[in-house]
Amino acid sequence: MARAATTTDAFNAVAEPRRREILDLLATGERPVNEVVRSLGISQPLASKHLRVLREVGAVEVREEGRQRLYRLNAQALRPIYDWVSSYERSWSERFDRLDDVLGKLKEEEGSGGGG
Amino acid sequence: MAVVGSKATVTLQADEQILITREFDAPKDLVYRVWTEPELIRRWWGGELGEVTVAESDPRVGGTWRCAMVTDEGSEVAFGGEYREIVPEERIVSTEVYEGMPEAEALNTVTFSETDGRTTLTILVEHKSKEARDAHIESGMEVGMQEGMDLLERIAISLR
Repeated sequence: MARAATTTDAFNAVAEPRRREILDLLATGERPVNEVVRSLGISQPLASKHLRVLREVGAVEVREEGRQRLYRLNAQALRPIYDWVSSYERSWSERFDRLDDVLGKLKEEEGSGGGG
Repeated sequence: MAVVGSKATVTLQADEQILITREFDAPKDLVYRVWTEPELIRRWWGGELGEVTVAESDPRVGGTWRCAMVTDEGSEVAFGGEYREIVPEERIVSTEVYEGMPEAEALNTVTFSETDGRTTLTILVEHKSKEARDAHIESGMEVGMQEGMDLLERIAISLR
């Protein structure tokens, strides 16, 4: 099966663990490439490749300052992921809270029957 | 990351995969029963979203499951699928389809593992295609949005 290109949307872009690390780092503030390289312990070409993918989906933005290129997170581009993950997480959390209640009752029933 | 507790953790594992993890304060034989017995499923499957109207489950290879609920807005939503693999109290592989989008079928692998009387449940949801995943995402987004949170912080947590 052919894989979709990593640059087609934000979901693909963040499916790569290193790119999630870069987003976490940039979530704390704007950084030049060499800080990304140092913080993640990866090579400069690899960092540049990941940053390029993130830029193509709009997840990071770059600006020139003197001789440096500074990267920052553009949270709006990740909004669809955020919205979806949080609603999905919330509905599952609500189900699991109820599951806890059902389990509690079952444990009581088993407990009253001895053993345990 | 394996944060466990009262909150489910949801992570995007790959283009077409979603992983949900949750720990329960109960041994896995009980968690398995609650997960597979219709009368028990009925009591939790709807969460806060609506009242469960159908809960059917025949956990054998080739058996089917079907659950439906009526949402607070009055619409009925139904999901169902077929059991593909069953290892009692260990692992269940089944298909899942939202009946409103029959083309967007997912394959769910649920595992149960017990340590010191507590059970970690994982659900790996795999979509056949990016299109099916996107359809799933769009259906999830209809559930509603929470405004006013610290967006950056939440993104960092969700994606970690």
